[in-house]
Amino acid sequence: MRITLKQISKSFGERTVLSDVSLDEEITSLAVIGPSGAGKSTLLRIIGGLLVPSAGELLIDGKKINFTEKELLAYRRTIGFVFQSKGLFEHLTALENITLPLIHALGMAEADAARVASRLLTRFGLEAEGHKYPFQLSGGQQQRIQICRAVAGNPRLLLLDEPTSALDPELTAEVLDMLGELQKTGLNTIIVTHEMGFAKKACEKVIIVSGGTIVESGKSSELFAAPKTEQLQAFLDKVLEWHV
Amino acid sequence: MRKKYRHYICRLVQVGAAVLILLGFILLSLHRIGYEMNFTTLWQFRHRLWQGFVMTLVIAVASLCLSVLIGAIAAFAQKAKVAVVSDLARIYVQVIRGTPLLVQIYFFFYIIATSWGIDNRYLAGILILSLFEGAYIAEIIRGGLESIDSQQFEIAKAIGLTSAQTTRLVTFPLLMARILPALAGQFASIIKDSSLLSVIAVIEITQTTQEISAQNFAFFENYFFLGLQYFVLTFTVSLITRRLERKYKHADHT
Repeated sequence: MRITLKQISKSFGERTVLSDVSLDEEITSLAVIGPSGAGKSTLLRIIGGLLVPSAGELLIDGKKINFTEKELLAYRRTIGFVFQSKGLFEHLTALENITLPLIHALGMAEADAARVASRLLTRFGLEAEGHKYPFQLSGGQQQRIQICRAVAGNPRLLLLDEPTSALDPELTAEVLDMLGELQKTGLNTIIVTHEMGFAKKACEKVIIVSGGTIVESGKSSELFAAPKTEQLQAFLDKVLEWHV
Repeated sequence: MRKKYRHYICRLVQVGAAVLILLGFILLSLHRIGYEMNFTTLWQFRHRLWQGFVMTLVIAVASLCLSVLIGAIAAFAQKAKVAVVSDLARIYVQVIRGTPLLVQIYFFFYIIATSWGIDNRYLAGILILSLFEGAYIAEIIRGGLESIDSQQFEIAKAIGLTSAQTTRLVTFPLLMARILPALAGQFASIIKDSSLLSVIAVIEITQTTQEISAQNFAFFENYFFLGLQYFVLTFTVSLITRRLERKYKHADHT
């Protein structure tokens, strides 16, 4: 899938979060890394159609996305989005969380939606959690169910906003394993992450966002081995300082 | 199944004991002042009492529906972008909550209702009561809306729900779970506050009881029975809302 960003900028009042972000890449799996507050989540929300940029264009496979409410609604339905935490509806069970978008956003029949949802839960070892409410689930289970919901409608692109940063290491591994498996099936993914190991091993390409712009991008195999910019070198030094 | 049955019997005995203790206390108090209750005097007024009871019920149900509507409108109007609308809603809530119902009844009935030609005192009574309770319900709804984590709405957006779907599938159930207990209390208040409409000669149950008292002079019996009737109404409301609370309970675990 080809994702093209043309001079995307975003400001919230006086504060500029992204300035002139441009990108034109063929993507199967892309990791977005960089320091906190760099604008990674904002960029992901713009790609997901959740935020309208102050300026700039977004093209998916060469087709321009107009930022009108009507077109964005249709666009969001073709994309899966996973939040950092608390990404499930509090008043619905795990199963209902997965079926609700299938029924109400994609117009699937209830029985079909239930079948799709329980097949996904079984595939990822979550069949026992189907009738639990979010408050009864562990953080890792909540994230995996969020991912189930996001992929249930066969999205053309899956976006994940730091899906493991609120989790313990074991739960992180649980979630990343699931993601790795999904990526192998050919699902296009963009993940904002602080898990350098995952960015390096499981993602084909990486972009580094710092200070509201993309400072470096390229194949993860090359980029981590030989950072071209000082920003990336400094960032890697910092995040890998206590790495074993 | 048998265990459950035994559990119910056990609870019944416990509740019965509590009621007996309270009843005993009241009877003892009556005995100490040497008064003997005689409810037979109420029997001859049964038709008027029944009419009064039905009138209270009608006023309460109508005010309940209307006040929820007014409260919802006022809650959303407070967030309106047009300053005049949001200011009006805020002033309405503040003034109504800051003044006694009795003052409002006199003011609305003798000035506003008269000047606009609302001469049906039952209709006026329902309107006044709804305006009064609506201000409290507006605050309950506003508080409920503010307590919902905004990410719930972002999820709705991300999965591609329209705003109408978001209201129906997300906002409403989340809101209900949060505000039902407070709303139940408010509904009980509506029933009790309707007694004040007796001052503009709405013949509801309190007014009826006052009139009867002027005839039979059995104040204790009359007012004891009056209290019992209000309790039957409020207790029913509390049973119904408890059922609803169970239905929505999963929506609130914050």
